[in-house]
Amino acid sequence: MSASKISVVVVSGSLERMQMAAMVASVGAVSGQEVIVFLSMNALPYFVKGNTSKAPHEGDMGKLMATKKVPEFKTLFEQAVELGDAKIYPCSMAMDILAVEQENLEGYLQKATGLTKFLHDAQDGQVWTF
Amino acid sequence: MSEKKIVDGRGSFCPGPLMELIVALKSSQVGDELEVLSTDKGSADDIPEWINKVGHEYISTTEAEGVWHITLRKSK
Repeated sequence: MSASKISVVVVSGSLERMQMAAMVASVGAVSGQEVIVFLSMNALPYFVKGNTSKAPHEGDMGKLMATKKVPEFKTLFEQAVELGDAKIYPCSMAMDILAVEQENLEGYLQKATGLTKFLHDAQDGQVWTF
Repeated sequence: MSEKKIVDGRGSFCPGPLMELIVALKSSQVGDELEVLSTDKGSADDIPEWINKVGHEYISTTEAEGVWHITLRKSK
């Protein structure tokens, strides 16, 4: 059972990394795997309501992706929740630093969690870090 | 009688067509046949994998003029 659980840690704010994280989370979740996601560091600001800034690309792939009809990473994370019951947790430390409250974050996110709880939840599965 | 539903994922990249299929499956009945249209080769490879993994009935994949047609039956 444990091998079918996927924990995704997203710390980067780059387009390519957040896209790949969203793909792993959404495809995993809709394939019947339990998925939990932890959003921290440079990734979290993109999940503050009203933030419309575009994530910067790291390389040519991200540049090219922006010109094609690729599903947006936020849409994929939302679909991971809506279609696959993934649970996405904002990091409480990153929220403190950004000075944002739960109601400032996208509604499909779970309540803020700290590392202790996330590490506990992630201990019996695969951990993917982006 | 169950009807064949067309899921038009043309123009979208992985995993867009798969997500569109899953949305369509939610509103389908067991026994319904669905056909996904995709211009993305990656999705044409990946969607049959998903169908088999999740346990629906995979019927066929055909390609015509750059469009892949992936057919399945909802079985649960």
